[in-house]
Amino acid sequence: MSDTVLEPTPADPVEYSPRAAVRARRRASVVELARHVRADRIALAGLIVLVAFIVMAVVAPLISPRAGLSAVDSIGNPAWARPSWDFPMGTDHLGRSVAAQFVWGARVSLFVGFAATILTVGIGSLVGIVSGFFGGWTDSVLMRLTDWFLVIPFLPLAIVLATILDRSLWNIVFVIGVTSWPSTARLVRAQVLTVKQRLYVDRARALGAGRTHIVRRHILPNVAPLILANVTLAVPISILTETTLAFLGLADPNQTSWGKTLEEAFGAGAISRNAWWYYLPAGLGIVAVVLAFTLFGRALEEILDPRLRRRSGGRR
Amino acid sequence: MRARFVIAKVAGSLATLAFVLVVNFFLFRVVNDDPTASMFRGRNMSAEQIQQRREQFDLTGSRLEQFIAYVGQTLRGNLGDSFLSNRPVTTEIREAIWPTVALVGTSTVFAMVIGVTLGIYAGWRRRSKFDVASTSFSMFTYSVPDFWLGMLLLAFFAVNLGWFPTGGFEDAGSTARGIAALLDQAHHMVLPALTLTLAYIGEYMIVMRSSILDTVGEDYLQLARAKGLRDADVRRRHALPNALLPVVSLTALNFGFILSGAIAVESIFSWPGLGQATLEAIRGPDFPMLQGLFLLFSASLIVANLAVDLMYGFLDPRVGSR
Amino acid sequence: MSLLELRNLRVTYRSERGDVPAVRGVDLTIERGQTVGLAGESGCGKSTIAGAVLRLLPKDTLVEGSVLLDGEDVYAMKPGQLRAVRWSGAAIVFQGALHSLNPVRRIGGQIEEALLLHAVDLGLDRGQARRRVGELLERVGLRADRARSYPHQLSGGQRQRVLIAMALACEPDLLIADEPTTALDVMVQAQVLALLAELQLDRGLALLFITHDLSVLNSTCERLVVMYAGRVVEEGPSRELFADPRHPYGRALAQAFPTIGDPASRMHPSGLPGDPPDPAALPPGCPFHPRCDVAVDECSTVDVSLRDVSAGRRAACVHVEVTT
Repeated sequence: MSDTVLEPTPADPVEYSPRAAVRARRRASVVELARHVRADRIALAGLIVLVAFIVMAVVAPLISPRAGLSAVDSIGNPAWARPSWDFPMGTDHLGRSVAAQFVWGARVSLFVGFAATILTVGIGSLVGIVSGFFGGWTDSVLMRLTDWFLVIPFLPLAIVLATILDRSLWNIVFVIGVTSWPSTARLVRAQVLTVKQRLYVDRARALGAGRTHIVRRHILPNVAPLILANVTLAVPISILTETTLAFLGLADPNQTSWGKTLEEAFGAGAISRNAWWYYLPAGLGIVAVVLAFTLFGRALEEILDPRLRRRSGGRR
Repeated sequence: MRARFVIAKVAGSLATLAFVLVVNFFLFRVVNDDPTASMFRGRNMSAEQIQQRREQFDLTGSRLEQFIAYVGQTLRGNLGDSFLSNRPVTTEIREAIWPTVALVGTSTVFAMVIGVTLGIYAGWRRRSKFDVASTSFSMFTYSVPDFWLGMLLLAFFAVNLGWFPTGGFEDAGSTARGIAALLDQAHHMVLPALTLTLAYIGEYMIVMRSSILDTVGEDYLQLARAKGLRDADVRRRHALPNALLPVVSLTALNFGFILSGAIAVESIFSWPGLGQATLEAIRGPDFPMLQGLFLLFSASLIVANLAVDLMYGFLDPRVGSR
Repeated sequence: MSLLELRNLRVTYRSERGDVPAVRGVDLTIERGQTVGLAGESGCGKSTIAGAVLRLLPKDTLVEGSVLLDGEDVYAMKPGQLRAVRWSGAAIVFQGALHSLNPVRRIGGQIEEALLLHAVDLGLDRGQARRRVGELLERVGLRADRARSYPHQLSGGQRQRVLIAMALACEPDLLIADEPTTALDVMVQAQVLALLAELQLDRGLALLFITHDLSVLNSTCERLVVMYAGRVVEEGPSRELFADPRHPYGRALAQAFPTIGDPASRMHPSGLPGDPPDPAALPPGCPFHPRCDVAVDECSTVDVSLRDVSAGRRAACVHVEVTT
């Protein structure tokens, strides 16, 4: 039964430096990871869907002119038009192309999702590592702070912050990031505590290793996979949060996002008019992206966390 | 000893509550240095009248004095008056709380019962068709934005089929009383409750299933079977009590979220609960209202957390003992 | 009629990576009151055998050959009969007592459960069962009031005793002890072993003692069976086997545990190089040959079956002369 650590086989060029050995091992781990992902068809499907959406978002300016979003430029268009050749997803109450909103909305939704997650995981990991590693007063204080954040109902806090600050893209990223880091912090801290207890950290200290060295060489490599898996699962949450905040009218008025589309659709009475082409695509897009991330993230988590892997094996 | 555990937990909760009060106060002061400014917009008032109003709202004196006054008032149950309606915040909240509790409470109960049951069977018979189907279903509903689901249900059942009203708590201008009124409210509640139930099911199902999977591999189940216990009894007497622990804590936590959990869905269905109140307060901005709501939401979460800690201490003999 | 008879037992686990043959044709007989030790490294199949006797293996596992308990085929029993036989015909003392006990139930209740399940056969009512729990606990050296404790409140040695008490509850004819002392420190180990020996004599129990520590078996068992890669590679009376092992693996095992105070073993400590083979990928020929210090060319191509060494002694090695 093979494990994550593979020794360079005799077929590989034999190098004698320890650094080369580490590099070879890392390369082998990545290869192993890729192989696992390819084998797990669900994870692969998730990855493909994600890549498709990301590509679509990135090339948005090429496939759909920005002008399509402007109400002024859409005056000549029929309003509430059903999907047709000219307008693949129909038009909204102002005659704007829904397809354009879909494509451009993907940009904002994905961007906020990623950016907010980087902030969340960044702050969370920093707090978790510092808290877990130093312990004592630092730990107590940071954990009280984390607990408080966890106790404050998330959505109201996000709403209040979004109200206080001006409505802009970066502020939304900030709001989501600042309100979501506590759970990451907790996870990371727990992992750091586990690693700290392991003997080799004590031995490293006995050998005179400095704190930075211990953090860099022992703690980080053991916490990194967890953080990576956490990132993959945090992105869909960030996207859903942005969607909700946008729906509640707190998003940047100059940008369109999927949540904003839904807000406008609802506000314009798309429901009572049965203009399904207006509110269906954005929602489906969200579901697709979130589902893809979640499926891929779970598979990634299973691969990276050896504790979870034993469940998919045969006997205990 | 058990007593020390309880005291420690309660003390912790009180400390968190105190922290919340502090932040609550300063958060809104940061936003709005002088709340009276927005009140007096467009009105002619003499300096005296302004000062009077200020005193009335306890806006005189230093920050610290204001804070102390705020705490004092809160402890006495006075959360100030709403800017928009001039009625006491406590009254506004009291009127809005029942629709929310009814809606979210019902949905949570249904979601929990259904989700947990699905999770138990899915986890017990891992990889079976049932497991795959219910897990896929749960992952799907977990990925759907709850208000969008509400929109879809609204479009299909209310607009197209006309089976249910498109919003509101009861028929406008209704003079029904007693049972008839309750039935009408229930009728209005079906779609929003369905929306929330579907949105919440996924979480319970996945957590319960995970928990069962964790338990299924445990050795004490093998011992139970070796003693001659029937499979169903092994599940009922040994696996479930252990597997239910995380679900119990999840449920209790979610009850803490009852009050704040349905803001977007309430908006879709024009449900006159705390969610709507929050949104209106934001649009004001009605700071006393926001402050009061915020405090309420936080307090309910703190209490829920405390309840979970204590419950765990009671249910799991490993916790809270020496 | 033997109490337990395994005839050409083959157990194959099914996993995502394919079929894994954990036990590849084992014959084993245990008579009433006999003590048999089953030794081998992890992965050799010994724990699988323990599970196979009471049909406790995962549902999709393939079990071939026969398991006869008191003459009856365990795998042909109807579910009701199987449940009745479990614990009263044969009982298992599992390893890792902390995980074998339900953490949220008191240990007294867990023992009582075993009694109540077989109450009809034992002729007990609720009150008698409770009293019996107290008696059992005292028999294994614990105070009767310990019944109200939870597993995490007991020490490792105490938990192991609880498992033993539980195993004895329904007065089985056969006690299977699966690594009962592995997680314990040496002093406690000795106590538990002494307890097992005492109980065995007391009640005339047959004992199947499974472990990787050969030295423990020497003092507690009449016969020894050594397993490697899912097969029996040597068996015989324990004293003879321990003194003069005929299979290279048996020899390595015997030498791996030095006798304290014996200068000879102090001067020549020995371990066995290499790792046990992966059951899913066994080497060709004799599965032991990659680690064997007396392997010959033949060993890598021809597999060897058990050969008689002397009366009651067999070993599966090419160096044992075949006697017709």
